Amino acid sequence: MACCNVDVESILNKYSPEKGNLMHILHMVQDASGENFICEDCMKKIAEKTGVPLNKLYGVTSFYSMFSTEKRGKYVIRMCESGPCHVVGAKDVLEAFKSELGIEVGETTPCGTFTLETTACLGVCAVAPAVMINEDVHGNLDPSMVKGIIEKYK
Amino acid sequence: MKFFRSHILIGMDTPSVLQGAKGVKEALISELSKKGLENEIKVIETGSLGFSGVGMIVYTEGTAYENVTINDVAELVEEHLVKGRALTRLIAKGKGAADVVANAEEKLLDGQVRIVLKNAGRINPDDINEYIANDGYEALGKVLAQMSPKQVIDEVKASELRGRGGAAFPTGRKWEFTYGTEADQKYVICNADEGEPGTFKDRLIMEGDPHSVVESMAICGYAIGANKGFIYIRGEYKLSIERIQKAIDDAKKLNLLGNNILGSDFSFDLEVCFGGGAYVCGEETALIESIEGKRGEPRLKPPYPPVSGLWNKPTIVNNVETFANIPQIITKGAQWFKKTGVEGSAGTKVFTIIGDINEKGLIEVPMGISLREVFENIAKVTKSGKKVKFAHIGGSSGNIVPEKNFDIKLDLATLANANLTHGSGVILFCSEDVDVVDYLTSISQFFKHESCGKCTPCREGTFRLDEMVKRLAAGNGSEKDITKMKELCEVMKRSSFCGLGQAAVNPFLDCIEHFADELRQGVKEEAR
Repeated sequence: MACCNVDVESILNKYSPEKGNLMHILHMVQDASGENFICEDCMKKIAEKTGVPLNKLYGVTSFYSMFSTEKRGKYVIRMCESGPCHVVGAKDVLEAFKSELGIEVGETTPCGTFTLETTACLGVCAVAPAVMINEDVHGNLDPSMVKGIIEKYK
Repeated sequence: MKFFRSHILIGMDTPSVLQGAKGVKEALISELSKKGLENEIKVIETGSLGFSGVGMIVYTEGTAYENVTINDVAELVEEHLVKGRALTRLIAKGKGAADVVANAEEKLLDGQVRIVLKNAGRINPDDINEYIANDGYEALGKVLAQMSPKQVIDEVKASELRGRGGAAFPTGRKWEFTYGTEADQKYVICNADEGEPGTFKDRLIMEGDPHSVVESMAICGYAIGANKGFIYIRGEYKLSIERIQKAIDDAKKLNLLGNNILGSDFSFDLEVCFGGGAYVCGEETALIESIEGKRGEPRLKPPYPPVSGLWNKPTIVNNVETFANIPQIITKGAQWFKKTGVEGSAGTKVFTIIGDINEKGLIEVPMGISLREVFENIAKVTKSGKKVKFAHIGGSSGNIVPEKNFDIKLDLATLANANLTHGSGVILFCSEDVDVVDYLTSISQFFKHESCGKCTPCREGTFRLDEMVKRLAAGNGSEKDITKMKELCEVMKRSSFCGLGQAAVNPFLDCIEHFADELRQGVKEEAR
């Protein structure tokens, strides 16, 4: 795993390195990476400062679907596949993302811009089917809109 | 202070933003200044109005508009704000729209009542003064000045408020357990890890009226003797996190949080925590584990959190909606609260209604309204024009109710007697177009992914359920898949470690009961 060059120290200075702040710290480090992941070096530093053993820390990081220990794209596309989106055509929208990006779920485009993931309910079911791209939500999707959405991020 | 002759409140919750509310607001502001009205009419952002599309209300008239687009703005300003006549073609229909907001607390034509959503869509959620002007923080002032902790708990108990997160435990009794437990430190936690598919009521409560949650948590802290609280919001809810954080900061500035609140001996501090995308963290002990920086796996109960929770200290965990009821119970009294609802289920319930309907969104109805009333009075028809086939109530772990059973009343006792769950507060309507077995695959996939893996019945069970359902959906199933599915569901229900595995089986058992024919169509022809 390559290092992501995140200034972990300054993040750890901002949040006191106690266990109760671990989720905050992990979010901050991942957001700062630019590649949507937490690298091994960062994990070691966090483990050392917080006193949480590295193996436990890995257990925590891998438990939550928003965190990744593998490099991801600059933009993580998280397509909702829960029931409310499913019944209004989420599958077709997901297929459109796959073919537009030329990747499968869980993969990253070769240019490193996009990672495609599926996710559980995003809580915007009034505009289902919906997708979250980093922090932006896009709703009321149909397959024909996918190309335009991706263009915006290129 | 500047005075404006009119105020336009525009709904700025997540679904509205997605449907272009920000663009409409900008267009509105520029159109108003073009007409030289910028000093006469003020545009204010508010929470969910519960209308379809981008919604807004013009005060003082209280005219509600829905589905407003940028292209409508010029006409709307010209007609309503210059010429003074309402633009009829955009007036909000259904859900008693204008009435809901204008006559809060009154019973309405379509059966809605607003207690929890009293302020949502009426005030600017980012302005603490608007909350205070609408009786906000009055309840906190009242408990600190006039009530003992015991009296607060007695009032909440007398209101018969029950938890709105799904388990429906009596709130007052829960508080009493923690009150009665001796400890050097106690905690209050608000469970805002709203992950049940289809549910987004807590999000809209936090986005529309964040101070009601903040105030209520302080009241709870006073009642049980806690000086520290946490609001655990799922990581995906960025706007909720921002609004709650601002509410906390603003409340601190006015000494409504912090040390010696309002000059009393009571101090209370609040902190926002956020999740990492794990459904199981909605289970209260898993949530506690997550705040402690661990994997969000549930703990063995007992001991229950009111006795031993966060950092093994007595802890109250309540849902957002449960908390949002408290301030009005304190100011208006338990007897007032009990006037709404039915025996054993006091108050209202907030639901999100979604699926194949036109009027998707947020509703608040008295406990005891029937599913048919919700459909016929509020949702009205399916969007596709097809016959409604079933409703999935309470989220993915809730129950699938076929149309013939829509007369069931949505109160706790009736649902419990029918062996149904009240769930988190969502009703998904599906028309004949929806293939039940295909729909089940989305649910089995969800639970396979979200099972935390701690216990075998759930970890393996959700996996096998998914395999069987997908075989049937593909037309490759066997009769055995259906009988085994039923057995497996019973085992999971009885032996899973936490509510996730126990409740995950609900929709499957319902389908076996009500839609057996459709399941059987998934059996391979030669095996029939």
